[in-house]
Amino acid sequence: MDEKNQQNIPQPRGEISVEALKAGDREAFANLVERYSPQIYRLALKILNDPQDAEDVLQETFIKALRSISSFEGRSSLSTWLYRIAVNEALMIVRKRKPEIVSIDQEKEDAEGEAEPVQIVDFCCLPEGDLLSAESRRFLDDAVLQLTPALRTVFVLRDVEGLSVRETAEALGISEVSVKTRLLRARLKLREALSGYYAERVSERSEK
Amino acid sequence: MSGHIHLHEENEHCRELLSTLGEYVDGTLSTELCSALERHFRDCQRCRVVVNTLKKTVELYHETSTDIAIPDDVRQRLFLKLDLDDYLK
Repeated sequence: MDEKNQQNIPQPRGEISVEALKAGDREAFANLVERYSPQIYRLALKILNDPQDAEDVLQETFIKALRSISSFEGRSSLSTWLYRIAVNEALMIVRKRKPEIVSIDQEKEDAEGEAEPVQIVDFCCLPEGDLLSAESRRFLDDAVLQLTPALRTVFVLRDVEGLSVRETAEALGISEVSVKTRLLRARLKLREALSGYYAERVSERSEK
Repeated sequence: MSGHIHLHEENEHCRELLSTLGEYVDGTLSTELCSALERHFRDCQRCRVVVNTLKKTVELYHETSTDIAIPDDVRQRLFLKLDLDDYLK
């Protein structure tokens, strides 16, 4: 399709034109910001647990996106590209906070085996009100923050933001195998934490 | 004594299967491995609880994933910072 025709045909609803972004079209950029800022903010907040830091990441992500859109090659989707910028920004803040923890020896971490499940409590039967009470929701968030940054970023992209394994790998610049390994490890750790937390509710219910 | 050995073998088997649980939960595990897992779950209550609670864990995070909305003031400052405040709706 030549350029002229492309201009005459409206973009399908919801599509943001990369060409328009590259051409410096402000409206296209405003649409991009409107569309993706909620996800980017949520991602940053889940990784950092600090509203001010999350806002900084949000702003930096779009400033960098604006600056580097000309070099966007379209190998991944726009959203994955934005997630990648945002994760790097967020990890930079994590490193500033605790440099000794995030000298991440990833290969070592990936090579470790899965920890055997210890908590064997079937909490699935608990009513929704117990599983998702305000207190439980706080516990869910805190448990994510206990994960190492490497596991946390994979988990948040895949299971909170709903990216596919492939998109998560692209956003983090790691292999799909690493995504799967880290994801399972993160999920098992969270399962362990949640089992410990809900065990009390389960025993309270069985006593009744 | 034989009971002890049996238990040990069982644990080894459970450990081997642990690495397949991620793909099982996502529904991307091969049919063959899936059936092997499900056969194992029938006899192993421990693994049954682990996989059910693992699934539930993922579900709970899915359900709460949209809890966080971007606050209005954060959104406004973002548009302002990017010189896009004329597009603020």
